[in-house]
Amino acid sequence: MSWNDLKHDRRVLWAGYAAIGIVLAVLPFLVGAGLGNAWLRILNFAMLYIMLALGLNIVVGFAGLLDLGYIAFYAVGAYLYALLASPHFGLHWPVWAILPLGAVVAGGAGALLGAPTLRLRGDYLAIVTLGFGEIIRIFMNNLNAPVNITNGPQGISSIDPFHVGGVTLAKPLSVLGVTVPSLHAYYYLFLLLALVIIFVTIRLEDSRIGRAWVAIREDEIAAKACGINVRNIKLLAFSMGATFGGVAGGLFASFQGFVSPESFGLMESIMVLCMVVLGGMGHIPGVILGGILLTILPEAFRHAAVPLQKYAFGKVVVDPESLRMLLFGLALIAVMLYRPAGLWPSATRKRELQGGSK
Amino acid sequence: MAEPLLIVEGLRIAYGGIQAVKGITFHVDPGETVALIGANGAGKTSTLKALARQLDAAGGSVRYQGREISALAPHELVGQGIALVPEGRGVFARLTVTENLEMGAYCRHDKAEIADDLERIFALLPRLKERHGQLAGTLSGGEQQMLAMGRALMSRPRLLLLDEPSMGLAPIMVQKVFEVVQEVASQGMTILLVEQNARLALQVSRRGYVMESGDITLTDAAGTLLDNPRVKAAYLGE
Repeated sequence: MSWNDLKHDRRVLWAGYAAIGIVLAVLPFLVGAGLGNAWLRILNFAMLYIMLALGLNIVVGFAGLLDLGYIAFYAVGAYLYALLASPHFGLHWPVWAILPLGAVVAGGAGALLGAPTLRLRGDYLAIVTLGFGEIIRIFMNNLNAPVNITNGPQGISSIDPFHVGGVTLAKPLSVLGVTVPSLHAYYYLFLLLALVIIFVTIRLEDSRIGRAWVAIREDEIAAKACGINVRNIKLLAFSMGATFGGVAGGLFASFQGFVSPESFGLMESIMVLCMVVLGGMGHIPGVILGGILLTILPEAFRHAAVPLQKYAFGKVVVDPESLRMLLFGLALIAVMLYRPAGLWPSATRKRELQGGSK
Repeated sequence: MAEPLLIVEGLRIAYGGIQAVKGITFHVDPGETVALIGANGAGKTSTLKALARQLDAAGGSVRYQGREISALAPHELVGQGIALVPEGRGVFARLTVTENLEMGAYCRHDKAEIADDLERIFALLPRLKERHGQLAGTLSGGEQQMLAMGRALMSRPRLLLLDEPSMGLAPIMVQKVFEVVQEVASQGMTILLVEQNARLALQVSRRGYVMESGDITLTDAAGTLLDNPRVKAAYLGE
């Protein structure tokens, strides 16, 4: 039996899914025991970044609209959660109300950004979206006077942890006799939502809407000539992408317990964009891979930098933080030179860059 | 005689203060192929773009099947049965040939008939069938032009608007593209053809309009225009 036959065998397929499922289920315990809680937190952030990267992938990868202010929607979701579930206003709304609200508000913000930029493409669109991202961050930074809404640069702390009914993820949970520590519980929550978002994205890609996105990416005039309402389809791309960002933002606030404008700078937007581009624009597995790698690798650099330097030179020569950015930059350049379509591009994109013969 | 499918009256188009089209009037009858010929900058493509609602006219009326369409959004025309083959082809470069054709049927929901139409298009354009899995961006210019026409036909239009189909093509491909236009026309399609290559355009058309700096200066049966000394001198290089 060849590999291709194996791949198409139902039982093999299910066995593969089951194996992935088991690995994902025991992963937090392995990571927690083997590498410590710091890495478990990083794993949780990887899940959040997967959600963000998949959201941005709708805008950049599917619809071809270069968005440099995507992190603004993450900020909207995070601040909404922080304002509605913290002592700051004394509000403690339930999670099941805030997260959907965050998704809707972020989606609205997405449409708001989309509306004035409908006629823009490429560099021009990038500049406007960049400005939008900065405006949101500066708003968060300055909305502490005359009326204190966002608490300015100090940010909002003591945000309620994720809790449903009487169950809170802040304390270890006892499930069927197994004690699940808080970090592990967040892992399962984020994993679940990441899977939901992956599923939604896959369905979207296969839908009429998904095909319309690709059509406007390729040629707007031809898309119109095919009967696609370009305006609505673009707004929908901005809006859907922003929705994912809003959900991820709410989860971030609940997990971190603290939000401040600092977390939503331009660098974050660029980071998410890199995940999409490096992983393989428009290709869902590639984008997921990009999200995981770009969350984990920089942290690995950071953790390895000090011991390696001590070993090589006997002392720390370069600050690990600057070394991290240096290596990150080099990695970006290398990938773009040697794998211009991304680490795991879609078959079509790969074919295109290899000269197009089938 | 049947009511014309398309009636354009006093159509004016302006870019800033400059009048590109100065109030032209023409019509297209059901089942006929009409050529709009003229030199570069005469306003042919602007006219077609205004009909396809890719740009706003400054005045005049466009009636299609007796209904004013000059206020419709571009994407609504497909539902009315008007399909545009844009200038410069505009295929979806990173989609395959089949995917491009399927996009043409975006507004249709009759899956089985779409599949039948796909086969019909492949029968009409066998080159596309050979290359059905290939990315549209990797096709030759002529093949892309045929793909753009095939895609327009997939929407089952009543009126096909062809914008400069010969543009940028090798002479041999121009010939082939016009054979396809003729084939489509012979199947009863109504076609409005904007073209710089006056000779070919008039050869496949029933009637022609000659545009000169924003005005229609001459109109006649295509065969008569081909013999007209003025047309010969100005557009046929004789």
